[in-house]
Amino acid sequence: MSNWRAMWLRVEGHWAWYRRYWRSSLYSSGIEPLLFLAAMGLGFGSQVEAGAATGGFEYLHYVAPALLVAGATMSGMGEASFPVLSGFKWQKDYIAVTATPITPGQLLGGQLLWLGIRLGLSGAIYGLVALMFGAWLRPAALLVVGVGVLTGLACAAPVMALAAATYDEGRRFVVMFRFVMVPMMLFSATFFPISQIPLGLRWLTWISPLWHGNEIARAAALGGAHPLAVAGHFAFLVVLLVAGVALARKLFYRRLVV
Amino acid sequence: MARDGEDDEREHLMVSGKALVKRFGGVAAVAGIDVEVRRGESFGFLGPNGAGKSSTMRMIACVSPRSDGELRVLGMDPETDGPRIRARIGVVPQLDNLDVELTVRQNLQVYGRYFGLSRAQVRAKAVELMAFAELSDRADDQVEPLSGGMKRRLTIARSMVNDPEMLLLDEPTTGLDPQARHLLWGRLYQLKQQGVTQIITTHDMHEAEQLCDRLVVMDGGQIVAEGSPSELIRRFSTREVLELRFAPGEQDGQLPHVADLAGRHEVLPDRLLLYADDGEAALEAAHARGVRPVSTLIRRSTLEDVFLRLTGRSLVD
Amino acid sequence: MRTMDATQRGPALILRMLPFGRYTQGPGSVVERSMRVHSRTWVIMVSGFAEPVVYLLAFQIGFGALVGKVVGPGGQLVDYVAFVAPALLAASAMNGAVFETTYPVFFKLRYAKVYDAMLATPLGPVDIALGEISWAVIRGGVYSVAFVLVMAVMGLLSSPFAVLLVPAALVVSFAFASVGMALSTFLRSPSQFDYIRLVVMPLFLFSATFYPVSVYPESVRWLVHVSPLYHGVELMRGLAAGVLDVSMIGHVAVLAALAAVGVAATSRRIGALLLG
Repeated sequence: MSNWRAMWLRVEGHWAWYRRYWRSSLYSSGIEPLLFLAAMGLGFGSQVEAGAATGGFEYLHYVAPALLVAGATMSGMGEASFPVLSGFKWQKDYIAVTATPITPGQLLGGQLLWLGIRLGLSGAIYGLVALMFGAWLRPAALLVVGVGVLTGLACAAPVMALAAATYDEGRRFVVMFRFVMVPMMLFSATFFPISQIPLGLRWLTWISPLWHGNEIARAAALGGAHPLAVAGHFAFLVVLLVAGVALARKLFYRRLVV
Repeated sequence: MARDGEDDEREHLMVSGKALVKRFGGVAAVAGIDVEVRRGESFGFLGPNGAGKSSTMRMIACVSPRSDGELRVLGMDPETDGPRIRARIGVVPQLDNLDVELTVRQNLQVYGRYFGLSRAQVRAKAVELMAFAELSDRADDQVEPLSGGMKRRLTIARSMVNDPEMLLLDEPTTGLDPQARHLLWGRLYQLKQQGVTQIITTHDMHEAEQLCDRLVVMDGGQIVAEGSPSELIRRFSTREVLELRFAPGEQDGQLPHVADLAGRHEVLPDRLLLYADDGEAALEAAHARGVRPVSTLIRRSTLEDVFLRLTGRSLVD
Repeated sequence: MRTMDATQRGPALILRMLPFGRYTQGPGSVVERSMRVHSRTWVIMVSGFAEPVVYLLAFQIGFGALVGKVVGPGGQLVDYVAFVAPALLAASAMNGAVFETTYPVFFKLRYAKVYDAMLATPLGPVDIALGEISWAVIRGGVYSVAFVLVMAVMGLLSSPFAVLLVPAALVVSFAFASVGMALSTFLRSPSQFDYIRLVVMPLFLFSATFYPVSVYPESVRWLVHVSPLYHGVELMRGLAAGVLDVSMIGHVAVLAALAAVGVAATSRRIGALLLG
């Protein structure tokens, strides 16, 4: 069976599940970033004067693209943690699937493809509602949905690798959410520019994939970025994605082919 | 001791139920049973799945209020004295509900603390019970990787943590391999020797014969017979059973030729059972009539035959 | 002996749950179980120090620099970080309590059957409810002590009344832990946890946590007042600034009422689910 066909069959399997549970899962991936947009973009934003820190933009315009990317990153990492571990350990559907002609690599590919589709879907919903809020200034903002998908997948792939190497109840994910995801969300120039972060700590932002995603997203939504810088951010995310997938693939095989 | 007969009688009754009923919605899982269990005996509820055994056990364990009828456990009313009763009994549920977040040792210690035992008591008790369950070398392991038989032994050990006067064992060896079952049966026999009253539910006739002094056969929420295993077999079956297997499709045609060779017969999908006191004689007679089964077996009657006689169905279907 | 019919059984079931004296043990041994389970994850609990540092740092150097001064309790102008810190303490007390009483409780109730095992002992539903909720409150308490210390070190406390932030955090934890646990008993599949998020996330974002309630149009402010977290936030903001007033009694009363309702509902639900 071709890889794409096998991956697509997995997506169909996920879709069968999603059709039963779309209400609750659409909420967490699609509506939550909108709540953030309302609370931070509008509510908190009402306290912020447009100025140098926001590149001269109103806070809503400044924060809207980054919130989409941050939301995609959070739900990507979330979907790659306990749900993937469950496939190996609790629900064991990965074990059932790899008893069919589908290989562990195709299983992983299907999982990523499905995640990408969902991130794209919830990004699109966010984009539409944010449009009604008046959060977008130019048509190129449409690209932000794609940036969200890329950043979300780039962060999800290494977490899937971690899940494949997890045999206990997955407490490490709770630690990861607390000490990697939340700080990443706060210090990746999502809510305030990197210039406010002390120089000594700024390297932490530079290695944060979310920061690279946020930079591309703002370049698309607000304009005025140097193409080379954008290419650099893009390259960072692609490399992370490729490396994450390669590692996850190896660990999926190690866990499922015994 | 200066005590009148009635008190003495009550003292020896661990469980007494009269016209006991348990309904779920409109359906009666237990439809009015009378049951008495005496101190020190091993008492069994034998019946297929859905007969009402587990519902009865849950009422006795004070975790399920009765819908109707009377029930006394250790002389007390489960409705009002649940915690006091539960403090003096041990429960082995049908499915192991060991605490998977704790080690073997911690399972015993923490469970003991639920009974209000002191920390020193539970420490000592855990060591003692791990030896009893032959799990001392797994003391500080997690529960999950243990084998089915080990988990079951740990569950039984856990139920002993409060030195209970009575153990409730719901399908104690279902799903275990023969070796593990015999080990468990040995442990339960040991407890019986120590005077622990046992109430056992099972749909397995071997287990009932092995463990129970006295048992009731349940079907459809009712008790259909009561007695010791050998009594029940004597009363409801013959000494021997002749089993005849025929080639596919021949059984119906052969039945008229052999039906009168025994006082009673049963037709199962794959074989005929002839209930005769002398199986050998019945087989010879069949041969003499030219009946040629594919295989034959002469065996002693079991509780399975009793159940078949009483309900027209097999225990395990 | 009396015969029970369906109408008599109802009250009997309640009787079984309510009188605390009939429970030989009390919830202590249930808390002890949690302590043993988590004895190896104390590192994570202690590392709770790191989280407030991360949050408060973000608000000090980041958000605070965007905003400057805001109107705090009693109408005085305060630094944004001092304004938001007590609210974050309340919010993290809520988040911690809800987290601790949802996923783990669901797991123990539906899969691991830990509560079935407990009910086979002299313990009753009230013991289980109080034991599990107390554990969440204990964890929340450890965390809030860390949080308040970090606030003190960062100079965000301007009144000796701020020591009351810790007991206030315990009240918030208790309220949300008991409601969270009660809600968990209604969940049937893990995917339904999203419904709990559906409640918690708006509370977190819209309870005047990140900006004054005056930002909202007059017509929707009553909605904010309905949020239990808002009462926690207001209580803590007042204590941190040392601006005390009568309304604090109201805030505490709302949270205490939630806690009581949650414990009662949890006990009844566990009884109904497991003592059928």
